[in-house]
Amino acid sequence: MSLKIKALKKSLWVYHVSTGSCNNCDIEILDLLTPRFDVERFGIILAGSPRHADVLLCTGIVNKKCVERVKEVYEQTPKPCVVVAVGACACSGGIFRHGYQMAGPLDKIIPVHVYIPGCPPKPEAIIAGIVKFLKELK
Amino acid sequence: MNIAYLLFWFILYSVILSISGFIAGWIDRKITARVQWRVGPPWYQNFVDFIKLTGKEVLIPEGGNKFIFVFSPVLGLIAAFCVGTILFFVFREGFGFSGDIILIVYLLTIPSLSIILGGSSSGNVLASVGISRELKLLLSYELPFICGIVIPALKANSTTSLIEIIKFQQMNGSNILSLSGIIGFIVILIASTGKLGVVPFDLSEAETEIAGGSLIEYSGILLGFYKLTKSILLVIVPLFIVLLYLGGTEITGFGSFLIFVLKYLIVLILITLIRNTNPRLRIDQALKFFWGWLTLIGIIGILITLMGF
Repeated sequence: MSLKIKALKKSLWVYHVSTGSCNNCDIEILDLLTPRFDVERFGIILAGSPRHADVLLCTGIVNKKCVERVKEVYEQTPKPCVVVAVGACACSGGIFRHGYQMAGPLDKIIPVHVYIPGCPPKPEAIIAGIVKFLKELK
Repeated sequence: MNIAYLLFWFILYSVILSISGFIAGWIDRKITARVQWRVGPPWYQNFVDFIKLTGKEVLIPEGGNKFIFVFSPVLGLIAAFCVGTILFFVFREGFGFSGDIILIVYLLTIPSLSIILGGSSSGNVLASVGISRELKLLLSYELPFICGIVIPALKANSTTSLIEIIKFQQMNGSNILSLSGIIGFIVILIASTGKLGVVPFDLSEAETEIAGGSLIEYSGILLGFYKLTKSILLVIVPLFIVLLYLGGTEITGFGSFLIFVLKYLIVLILITLIRNTNPRLRIDQALKFFWGWLTLIGIIGILITLMGF
């Protein structure tokens, strides 16, 4: 494992992308970043701009309006970066998979590394998913 | 002193400054975490952040000026290294010259100017909002900051040499032990939070409203340089305050070195506590505060110094 990836694992800066979600997963993500769960002890902090980010936390089905935006945000993120699909909608489309506005799920648009299902996933589930991914990352 | 000798010490001090900057940044984050009743990051967190940023891709925006975009983070970093080297020379070898305080004041504005240059060359709209705030902030905090520097300079028989101020304090006791010293210390401490860009005055890169502000387009190693500059400023600005007001920097043994570090930590913790107990101000509130109350208190401090208290 190179030093680059080793350092990346210890210091993940998160950018939160909502691709047309119902706001449920977003509230859980905001919960995750509060002092109660204290993800800063793993080096995870929230970044304001995709240029600073290492992780894109994506929520929601990708609706037709959002396709271009999601692609642009992914291209603006400096590589190597990790894309995490949070919630049933981002993973598979969930209950909206037959909807007329559906253009996703997320992995049809951009490469996705981690899937965290749930409607919404608890903050504990998001932490568990990220930790499992970091153990696998080479 | 020949060039090779100076260059050697410059590089050595730069490495020491970088390492101590990362550790000072960690102390800041850890105290913030404890105030918010959390555990906080491990001690090596800032080192890891910097190594990670060196490994990331550097994206240069299409609409910007490429040369200034790449050059300005380096400019700020070099200015910060220069100030650190001057301060280290002053307290380690007693080497100084008449007017070095003025030089330090000028050099300390260059990191802010480099942020303004870099932000304006990126061609981003949010960055232009950020740099306009940074410029107004730079104009506003300089006046009380200089008031805070003039007070110890006047006390030490109107000198502009840092080493003379330190010698004066070693003979007559620290500046903070007098009335004008206390006023000056408070003024320069609050003005330095503006210089460091920590929370009550972090409106130039307010992440929640303008998404990183002047640094919005920076990524990879260039962002790492800006983060390193901020960390180094977190070392040299409190160090400068310690030299001006808390005196006594003659390092003769391990004990005096420990006392010196303790003084530095007190100033750093005070700045961190100001940062943790205050919300972010709007730019008009910051201007009114710096040019109104703080400058007024600074001028009163200068008058009290001239009266001899």
